[in-house]
Amino acid sequence: MGVLEPVVRIQAEDFDTAAEIGRLTEGRADVGAVVTFSGLCRDEAGTLAALELEHYPGMAEAEIARIARQAIERWPLLGLTAIHRHGRIEPGENIVLVVAASSHRQAAFEAASFLMDFLKTRAPFWKKEHRRDGSAGDWVEAMEADEAAAKLWNPRA
Amino acid sequence: MSEKTVKLIYFAWVRERIGTGQEEVSLPAEVESVRDLLLWLRERGEGYGDALKYPEAIRVAINQEHVGHHEPLAGAREIALFPPMTGG
Repeated sequence: MGVLEPVVRIQAEDFDTAAEIGRLTEGRADVGAVVTFSGLCRDEAGTLAALELEHYPGMAEAEIARIARQAIERWPLLGLTAIHRHGRIEPGENIVLVVAASSHRQAAFEAASFLMDFLKTRAPFWKKEHRRDGSAGDWVEAMEADEAAAKLWNPRA
Repeated sequence: MSEKTVKLIYFAWVRERIGTGQEEVSLPAEVESVRDLLLWLRERGEGYGDALKYPEAIRVAINQEHVGHHEPLAGAREIALFPPMTGG
């Protein structure tokens, strides 16, 4: 058996979480655990009209694939998918999906969490806010807590 | 050593402040590292100065891979400058 290749997609359109789970589990009986993470756009207490997600085409795919391959090296996975949307996304809509499949749950939980922590800090995406009152929105600022979460996976690095 | 031409790409507020998404520039031979590039670009005009006022806050990718500020520019065809990322 060859090394597992992750599924990585960067797209403007929405995704179907159930279909993406099916893609990793159909036609096989060795998967015992599937963990999914969905990231959605919040309305920020009713003040946000939409987020505009800018990305670096080419590098966005390449960087998420690099992170996914690290997860595949580190955990015994049977499937791994990461989908990230770009463009205008309104509150309640999906932004990102991670699906990790394994024989047992711990690897699937940890791999999904690892992928999200590094995607947040290393995948070239930037969010700009569009406010409901029409005032000029700001670029969302990176959070130190996200950097700290990513560092915990490699404590000696 | 002669000048070399590279493609610079800017994202998010770096792009807005500089006022363009990408450009080709000829780098003088003395611009050898990422840090040299940030300091050199900062002097090119008001927008550049505004975008790169705190060069240590700027993230950089060479040929679509993240690099640190001490990275040499040798072999760079495409250099991207952007703020810390906020995807996910």
